[in-house]
Amino acid sequence: MHELSLCESIIETLTVQTQRQGFSRVRRVWLEIGALANVELDALRFAFEIARRDTVADTAELDIVTLPGQAYCLDCAQAIAVHQYYDPCPCCGGFQWRLTGGNEMRIKELEVE
Amino acid sequence: MCSTCGCGENELTIHAHDHAHDPPHAHPHAHDHAPEVRRLALEQDILTKNAEFAAGNRRLFAERGVLVLNLVSSPGSGKTTLLARTVQTLRTEFPVAVIGGDQQTANDAERIRAAGAPALQINTGKGCHLDAHGIGHALERLPLPEHGVLFIENVGNLVCPADFDLGEACKVVVLSVTEGEDKPLKYPNMFAAAGLMLLNKTDLLPHLDFDVARCLDYARRVNPDIRILQLSARSGEGMDAWLDWLRQGQRSALARQVSRLEADLAAARARLAESAA
Repeated sequence: MHELSLCESIIETLTVQTQRQGFSRVRRVWLEIGALANVELDALRFAFEIARRDTVADTAELDIVTLPGQAYCLDCAQAIAVHQYYDPCPCCGGFQWRLTGGNEMRIKELEVE
Repeated sequence: MCSTCGCGENELTIHAHDHAHDPPHAHPHAHDHAPEVRRLALEQDILTKNAEFAAGNRRLFAERGVLVLNLVSSPGSGKTTLLARTVQTLRTEFPVAVIGGDQQTANDAERIRAAGAPALQINTGKGCHLDAHGIGHALERLPLPEHGVLFIENVGNLVCPADFDLGEACKVVVLSVTEGEDKPLKYPNMFAAAGLMLLNKTDLLPHLDFDVARCLDYARRVNPDIRILQLSARSGEGMDAWLDWLRQGQRSALARQVSRLEADLAAARARLAESAA
């Protein structure tokens, strides 16, 4: 259940950012989470409800945007789409690919007041 | 209609005063009736803070020429037995130390100390992983094994520790043959994050149906670059390759430290010569 740690880290960032920029409350948070990131989205939403209490974000809505898994297959020398770390390349069936996107865990944007 | 200044409410969900006014009108009054709402683009990793602490740890390890390894596995894979056996041999060659993470008890640290190496136990309480900040604090109480190897034995958990960089040179994932051979597929993030996999308890293979080739194939599907060593910490079989891998890593860490110190020395000498001239 490291989703709670992730949410505590998000709340810390929100607290610092709102203070630094002179705002008092966070209304909405947009996260970008890669499809292959080590995060359970339901657990993240649940943990956020707990972590936001009595903070600058205590009524903040959470919007999660999922980013697709992207990789480069060394054997095919081309970009491919992947859904799991153990997916074979859809073109050659091999596993010699390197992930180029899809493991992000990022705070993209905030709505503050 | 907004009751204070009369602008249309539907254009006021964001009450920053950069909206068009049609028809335009003057604003002679102070606008403290509604908070200003703004969008802030952040584009910041959720674990930025941990990454900063990890970078600090990594700098410290490099300055002191310490090879730091983060050992991760399920509970019961044999990490502590492996480490006890490892430090027993290596402590006669260079400094070694162990930081162990468990939710409760100091049992593991006691086993490491009994094997002859300094050890510090971090109890995470309900926590499921170690983080870089906690390692920084642990190092206030456990002297760094300068020019040697620091092992960090993470909490037994194949999920959460995958995300938390501690400043280590490499994650070493330990999998024992008493577990399922499809663990690399079930917990792909951990096997993708590891540089080395140790397949432990191989002395038990004759008694099990564990398919080694299939397990290694699964690990390489998830991480084509992963190095794999097979061993039994109990019987000692395969331990030499692991110990050699550690010796080589320790020498590389030392060599990097020497290069950096030489560069520093050269820069300092150049500055001295410059000031004398």
